Parts: sequence; C-alpha cells; structure tokens
Amino acid sequence: MTPPQQRTPVSRPTGGDRLGRLLNLVPYLLARPGIEVAEAAADFHVSVQQLREDLELLWVCGLPGYGPGDLIDMALDGDRVTITYDAGIDRPLRLNPDEALALVVALRMLAETPGIGSRDAIERALAKIENATGDLGDAPVAVRLPAGTERLDAIRDIVERHHAMRITYYTAARDETSSRIVDPMRVLMVGNRGYLEAWCRRAEATRLFRVDRIDAYEELDEPAAPPERAVPHDMSDGVFQPSADLPLVTVRVGRGSRWITEYYPCEEVRRDGDEWLVTMRVTDLGWAQRLLLGLGSDVTVLGPPELVAQIRGQAEAALDQYATPAP
Amino acid sequence: MSRTRTERLVNLVICLLSTRRFLTAAQIAATVPGYEHDPEDPRDHDAFQRKFERDKAELRELGVPLETGLASAFDTEHGYRIAHREYALPDIPLEPDEAAAVGIAARLWQHAGLAAAASSGLAKLRAAGIEVDPQATLGVEPVVTVDPAFGPLTAAARARRAVTFSYRVPEVDEPTVRRLQPWGVVCWQGKWYVVGHDRDRDATRCFRLSRIVGTVRAVGQSAAFTPPQDVDLIGQVAHFSGPVAKDQRATVVVRPGRAAGLRRWAIETVPGPGGDRLTIPYSDSEWLASRLVGYGADVRADSPPELRDLVIQQLKEVVTRYQPAAAGVLS
Repeated sequence: MTPPQQRTPVSRPTGGDRLGRLLNLVPYLLARPGIEVAEAAADFHVSVQQLREDLELLWVCGLPGYGPGDLIDMALDGDRVTITYDAGIDRPLRLNPDEALALVVALRMLAETPGIGSRDAIERALAKIENATGDLGDAPVAVRLPAGTERLDAIRDIVERHHAMRITYYTAARDETSSRIVDPMRVLMVGNRGYLEAWCRRAEATRLFRVDRIDAYEELDEPAAPPERAVPHDMSDGVFQPSADLPLVTVRVGRGSRWITEYYPCEEVRRDGDEWLVTMRVTDLGWAQRLLLGLGSDVTVLGPPELVAQIRGQAEAALDQYATPAP
Repeated sequence: MSRTRTERLVNLVICLLSTRRFLTAAQIAATVPGYEHDPEDPRDHDAFQRKFERDKAELRELGVPLETGLASAFDTEHGYRIAHREYALPDIPLEPDEAAAVGIAARLWQHAGLAAAASSGLAKLRAAGIEVDPQATLGVEPVVTVDPAFGPLTAAARARRAVTFSYRVPEVDEPTVRRLQPWGVVCWQGKWYVVGHDRDRDATRCFRLSRIVGTVRAVGQSAAFTPPQDVDLIGQVAHFSGPVAKDQRATVVVRPGRAAGLRRWAIETVPGPGGDRLTIPYSDSEWLASRLVGYGADVRADSPPELRDLVIQQLKEVVTRYQPAAAGVLS
C-alpha cells in the first residue's frame, strides 16, 4: 500500500479501515457527483494515489452476475469522478455503539460548556444524532459543567474578535500578580476550569492562563498576532505535565492530607507505617512551602534540604510574630 | 488485508444486501468471486469454511448486521443476508451549523479510542452527504478526557450488566473489590463518576472513575437489572449545594509586596508601618488558617481571635514536628 500523503496524521491504516472506507466511498461519491478526486482523498485522509486504487477496486465489484450492468460504475472525467451505478451500496453503514457514544457524549459536553457560541445548533444536532442512532444514542452518560461566567464570555468574545489583550494575571507558582500583553489563540475548558491559551509577549512562549486567575483584562486596539512558532499545548496528558528538570520534593503524609496525592501529579506514593512517602515535582519551592506548610503537622517535608530549612525557619519566624499580644 | 480479500468482502456485502432469501455458505461460495473451491475435497472445503468464518467475523467487527436464518421451512442449513434497513445509516438532515457542531464535537476527544470512534462516525455522516466545515470553531473548546474505565462502564450500563472492579480511595491503601449494577456515568465538575446499585452495601453509590484500579469486568447476564425510573444521575453525584456565603471577615497583616495571593481576596487594603492590613472575607476558618500558615512569616493573622488561635496552634505543631528532638521525624 502506498504511504498516504496525509494532511492530518492518522494511525497506520489496517485492512478493516480500507473496507470501511470503501463502503463509505460509494455513498460519499454518490452524494457528490463530479467531485474532484483530490478533494475526496483529502476528506478520507488518504493520498490521491490511494483513492484512485480504491476506485479501481470498486470498479470490479458488484452484484452477482458480475457483468457490465452489475458492477459498480463510474465516470472518470480527468480529475473528477461520478458514480453512475452503486450496486446497492447507496448509504453508509449505521453508527456502531462506540461511534454513537463518542459523538453523543462530545456533543453533550459541548452543549454544557460555559461561554460556548451556537448552543442552539449544538442542541439541535444532538437531538438529531440521538434520534438517528436509536437506542445507541440514549447513552447512559450525563454531563454537568459549572455555569458560565461573565468573564469567560467576555474573554471568548475578545478571542473571536482576534484582538490582543492586556491581562493582570496571578501566577500561583510564584505567588505574584503581573501585567502582560498576550495574543489570544483559543479558550479551553479542562474539567471545570476555563483557560485562555495565548502567546505571551513577555515570556515569548505559548501559555495557558486560568480564567479565574485573570484579575483584570483590557481589549487592545491591535490584532492578535501569535507568531508562527506559537504552538497550541498538547492537552492529552492534562494541563500540568511535570518535567524531569523540576525540583523533586519528598514528603511524609498522614491520612488527613493523603488527598494531595490525588490532586497533584506525584512521582511515587509509598506506604510507610501509618503514613505515606510521597515524591512530587514542583515548579517552585515557594509554592511548595505555601502548600506544605499550610497542611500543618500532618505533612513532614523530608527533602530537598533547603525546603526543609525554609519551612522550619518560616514556621518559627511566623510564630515569633505572635509572641506579643494581639494589637 | 490483501486486495483480493477486500474485493471479496465488498462483493460479499453487495451480494448479501441484494438478496431477500437467506443464502447458505454453499450458495455464497458458488456466487461470490474468491470462494471458488471443490466441496468434495475435504481439505479444500475446510479451507473455504475457515476463510468464510474469518470474513463473517471481519464484517461483524465492522458493524455490518449479518442476519442468519433458514431460507424456507424445508431447509436444514442456515443462510445469511443483510437487511438494507438494518445496514443503512438513517437520513440525518443536519443544517450546516448543526453539521459544524458535530464536526467540532468529533475533534474534542483526547482519548485515543474514542477519538478514532468519533472520526469514523463523522466519516459516515460525510458519506451520507453531510458537508462538515473542518475550519469551524465555537470560541470555547472543552478538552474531553475520560478515564480508562469509561468504555467498559458505559457498555455495561447500556447492557444492564453488573460489573466488578478494584477501587482505591486515597485515605486507604489497599484497593477493595466492589460489585456494582451501573446505571450510568456522570461528568460532574470535570470529573467522571459511575452511579449505581452497590451489591455489597445494598445501596446507591457513586464511584470516581479515576480511583478505579485495573480493569472493569462485566459479570453475569445482560438485562440483569433495571435502573430506577427517571433516576437523576447528576443529582446522585452533586450533593454540594452551590457556593458558601463568605460572611466572616478576617484582618491580616502582610509584609509589603508579599503574599500576592492573599491580596487578591482582600476587600480592603490599608498600608501601615508593620505592613499592609487586609480585610479578607471567608467562610471556613480552618481553610483560611491553612492558607495563612502557608505564607509563613509574611503574614500575621490578627482577628478574629479564633482564626488567630488556629494559626498559632498549627504553627506550634509544625515547629514541634521539625524540632531535632522529635527523634525519627527527619531522616
């Protein structure tokens, strides 16, 4: 099989993929008389060469008898193709359970997303797909996302107007609020949180900004112009993907604070008597201090040594402030 | 799959779609190109039967509804056909804006298996003549991820089959085996849950999918239970009742230029000699005390007294815990 010149990467085609494609191809062409072969190839994510081979194969298939009037027939006019006889494959196969589930759940998710445009169209589409898939469309899946916020709506509008923004943003890792100019790219919902993905002119990199940490924003009178090298984040592994060059923190955690191992990505969680030994990578030791010191005596930091010293020092200094009676 | 096998399978589909009578394997072999063999030769006949079995499995895998039945009361051997009504995708009259929404929805999956299912579903809609604008966007795009248990649990809920799985809550180390009649799967506040009847507790329970360890196994028969009428799946999970009113006020002194996170919550900031005096609205003293302690010496809680006492108490415990005298605490 010729390697397809794909526009979008797809997994290596298997035999079943080709059979499925061929069964789709006949009704697809039937619905689009005179379509260019290249356009059809692009829609099926295969090369023009591959699509021509598919057409050649279909040409020798047909009804029993397999004579001139029985075989699938088509008119090839230069780069254009028209099906003139479909041998009974006039419709695609119905959706299988996984396909119905994947489309219905994604549409329900979309319909629930705060700040989304065209909610009406999404709900109409959902009703039609559910209707056409019968029992399969009645997926036992319910979706509820948090209600929309005015801020998310307003930011989405600016993204759609393709304008740059000045934002005042709180960075939890460094515990600082700063002002920066960004070129918005898209607005995402990850779990129950909204994010603005934008090119940050100060960091000269693509950044994800949590909408609830954008304390102020201003739409600028200049177009959003993310540079060529502004690449959207790969969200398949979640928002925070700790890299190996971040400091590794080791803590001993009691039962009451064990939830942190579910809330933050951890490298290792190991039972140690009545407690757990947990290692996690953190972007900033100051952030680690605020989290771990705040958890109180249920958590003991074992390393790195500078964090242990910092937490001990901060706790003692903080306590000294209360040596004099309250004002 | 070889070209000849693909060709044979396309012809098999066309042949079975075109027949009203059930066709036996022998009749199919005599009709569809690629099945030619000598039925009198046992080895040749065996090879044909294996080939035909593989082909049937391939079609079923693809979702082709192969019907089996007897052509007439006089027949003894089962035959095959495909009912066009069962095979064909029904007409879905999507308006352009609706088709665009489906196209966007199909792109949302970050889970490889469901992403593939969504795009093959979309390919079928395209094949039915629906034009999908690949450039369409909706301004906000949810990133749709699911836990591995999602597939088996939705399948079991649909089939009304019981499941069993290992479940681990963070506070307990050893996972426990749970047996559940799953009614449905819920996405609540960005997390996935399964709701159903817990057969061991004999009560309605919700389980977070991310806490399921290993594989979910379906057990017993399909249609083994009936979920309660009009069960409110989301209501089972959503036991929190909206945001709590922050009707208490804390007074906190922070060092100049420090504790930006606390300053964001302040409704009033008054600069003073010892630092900035913030007024912070809150509802839960322990929660706020934990935040204040996290800031160490940058922050001093002044009032109300119970908040101040909570902070002092927690700081004392931390100092004690880190004292070298507390043998064995530090490695």
